[in-house]
Amino acid sequence: MTDQATQPVLEISELYKSFGALKATDGVNLTLYPGEIHALIGPNGAGKSTLIRQISGEYPPDSGTIRFLGQDLAGLGVADRAQLGLGRTFQVSSLALEFSALRNVMLAVQAKSGSSFRFFKPVMKDRDLVDGAMKMLEKVGLQDRAHIPAAELSHGERRQLEIALALALKPKAFLLDEPMAGMGPEGSKTLTGFLGGLRDQAPILLVEHDMDAVFALADRISVLVYGRVVATGTVDEIRGNRIVREAYLGEETS
Amino acid sequence: MTSALIIEQLLNGLQFGVMLFLMAAGLTLVFGVMGLINLAHGSLYMVGAFACAAVASYTGSFWLGVVASLAASAAAGALVEVTVIRRLYNRDHLDQVLATFALILIFSEGTRYLFGSFPLFLNVPDMLAGPISLPGGLQYPLYRFAIIVVGALVAFGLYLLISRTRLGIRIRAGESDRAMIAALGIDIRLLYTIVFALGAALAGLAGALVGAIQSVQVGMGEPVLILAFVVIVIGGIGSIKGALVGAVLVGVVDTLGRFLLPQFFQLFMDNAQATSIGSALASMSIYILMALVLVVKPKGLFPANG
Amino acid sequence: MVRLSKENGLNCVLALALLAAPFVATALDEPFYITLATRVAILAIAGVGLNLALGLGGLVSFGHAAFFGLGGYAAGILASHALNYEPILSSPFELNGTTQMLVIWFVALLVSGLAALLIGFFSLRTSGVYFIMITLAFAQMIYYFAISWPAYGGEDGLSIYVRNVLPGVNTMDPISFFMIAFVLLMLVILFSSMIKNSRFGAALQAARQNDERLATVGIHPFGIRLTTFVISAMITALSGALFADLNRFVSPDMLAWHMSGEIMVFVILGGVGRLFGPVVGAALFILIESVFGGISEYWMFYLGLVLLGVVLYARGGVIGFLAGKEKHD
Repeated sequence: MTDQATQPVLEISELYKSFGALKATDGVNLTLYPGEIHALIGPNGAGKSTLIRQISGEYPPDSGTIRFLGQDLAGLGVADRAQLGLGRTFQVSSLALEFSALRNVMLAVQAKSGSSFRFFKPVMKDRDLVDGAMKMLEKVGLQDRAHIPAAELSHGERRQLEIALALALKPKAFLLDEPMAGMGPEGSKTLTGFLGGLRDQAPILLVEHDMDAVFALADRISVLVYGRVVATGTVDEIRGNRIVREAYLGEETS
Repeated sequence: MTSALIIEQLLNGLQFGVMLFLMAAGLTLVFGVMGLINLAHGSLYMVGAFACAAVASYTGSFWLGVVASLAASAAAGALVEVTVIRRLYNRDHLDQVLATFALILIFSEGTRYLFGSFPLFLNVPDMLAGPISLPGGLQYPLYRFAIIVVGALVAFGLYLLISRTRLGIRIRAGESDRAMIAALGIDIRLLYTIVFALGAALAGLAGALVGAIQSVQVGMGEPVLILAFVVIVIGGIGSIKGALVGAVLVGVVDTLGRFLLPQFFQLFMDNAQATSIGSALASMSIYILMALVLVVKPKGLFPANG
Repeated sequence: MVRLSKENGLNCVLALALLAAPFVATALDEPFYITLATRVAILAIAGVGLNLALGLGGLVSFGHAAFFGLGGYAAGILASHALNYEPILSSPFELNGTTQMLVIWFVALLVSGLAALLIGFFSLRTSGVYFIMITLAFAQMIYYFAISWPAYGGEDGLSIYVRNVLPGVNTMDPISFFMIAFVLLMLVILFSSMIKNSRFGAALQAARQNDERLATVGIHPFGIRLTTFVISAMITALSGALFADLNRFVSPDMLAWHMSGEIMVFVILGGVGRLFGPVVGAALFILIESVFGGISEYWMFYLGLVLLGVVLYARGGVIGFLAGKEKHD
């Protein structure tokens, strides 16, 4: 058991991905250990989203391996990886817009709690599904908006709903792609507090532009520039890193 | 089975493919530029054939008929684009399918009202009647040969149009980025009407050319339309090059299949049975080809946009 | 307590109206209208089948005539073998035809289900326009096969001399035959309503709205879609088997792409995704056919105009117009 604690949950080694002449992922090595929040930062176009998409299974890498809980993910699709325990949120909210917030979460509860090939019992009479989903909505503070269609939720509420969906999957690792995007200062602060508590449930690979949130949350930070990880370290190490300041933080503050 | 016979069948396949290309080019262009699936494309083919047959029988000139077919189908295309099709660009594919299905009904019944249910006949012009001698002593119908030449010229012309002209640049811009083309200050509505009318004219030309080999009748466009769909699915929707390759592939496979499969089955069963199994399988051959292409390349042989 | 929504109320009225139609026709001594009502019920079943794929799953299949025709041919072929006392297969074991509707329906479901599994496997690898064109192309393949295969009438089709039998029912009696179609229609509507509200239905509707989201929670959209496509095809095939028995005739016309278009038109005229949409759509279609068909032989011209009007200006179809936009939980 002690050995397992030192094994990375997610281990990316020598990952390459090009689109034509553009090297979007250029030999990336990255690990995520139990109990940590590992933030991935970098300027726009550094290849953060492309990396996330390769982890989640949307894009196949050109070469390199991604191991999750010791298993090589090569050849597995998005749904397979989700079943294995990758809980992902999207940079731009991706929801079933006609469904209410509750039914969106119920979908995740349903996926987690057994087969979707059940044709007769009405889902709304399935207490396990409804109550389970409601509990997740309460966790993110959306219980009062449960019956509002996702299309009518505010931007911030949709971000919260995304997290509720990921939570409902009871994942072994979270893959959060800019959860703070467009949240406003108040919302960001609440969400930062919430995510901080989440690391006990499962480690988080966090892509984020909001530096306050990153410095408050991250145990380790990796900096991605032009598809390469130029530095990995603790918050203080990254703050003090000259290359990083020039390549990235300098750009951010100017 | 002689090699001359095989070459003749190959040429027939090529001629069929060329005709399919004229249809498929318009379909794939309209889809590539405007994102529209147009079932009524076969109706424009029919309009071209009827215009050609009517004008040819009235004036006695096949060539005036061909001019009339181009004019009539381009005009019909421009008219439906302005009145109906334009409203469909921002709709989903289901709406496009249904609205253009409705257009087929309207076109077919309208044509039946004007010309009746009996087929019209269009004669091959005297100039192109008779056979042509090909190298190797092969005799081949001159008219069919001319269709192959016309098809090759149109393919080359389309290539020049798209790669060398201002209109072509705009068409390519429209394919890759609709917002950009609007930002360039190009009248996008006019561009769309022109592209649609161009596709319609090609379909009309195909109808007129084929009209002289087959009969001209209501509903003639529909089987061709579906084959043109198979062509662009195989070639990659939105790609002119894909349409050309797909059309020739479908034309040759279909023609050779009908010719060779019954003979193949005769090798190990009696004639009547071999003919029925062979021709039944031959009628399925291009669909099987399509399924195979899709297994390997779900977006067709030459996927547009990556 | 049962709360009756506007749509459910409308559905009850529609079901009762269809049920009453043949009895009113009998009272008015217009037996032809019984046949029309039976056609509505049967074609509505085909629409209910397509509606499952198209309305709930967003799968715009333009090839459902294939399944409609396969159902029809299952009825025609089994009956013709039974009536001619020719076994379908003599070796390795003897397989005879049948005139039992129950067996015919079972075979229709089985054959169409297998065909849909195969067609769906290829066509569901794609989406959007590709899917539309490929389903159309596969249906066309079966159509040409039926035309060029001489054993069962080829282009001329196949007659069923006597309507097939169902234990305890006189199927030659028009009202009894209508009742068979009507009960089956109600059953398939009930079935699709259950699917809609089930776990499977939730996944299916999510696949239509956002299949990325469905995959991200760990459900494979492909499996959900393929299953739907198969169920949808089977329901449409049931309709085809009944249609063959109604006309006592099957022909490649049942497989033609116009038929695919018409089944789609039933769904659209009534309202995409609405439970009773196909019933209204089929009724409206038959109404246009018999009203305009009586006035002009070019009635399809007017059908085209109506359809164009609905697509351009009345997206929700008749049910959408009467009951308003659909609400989800």
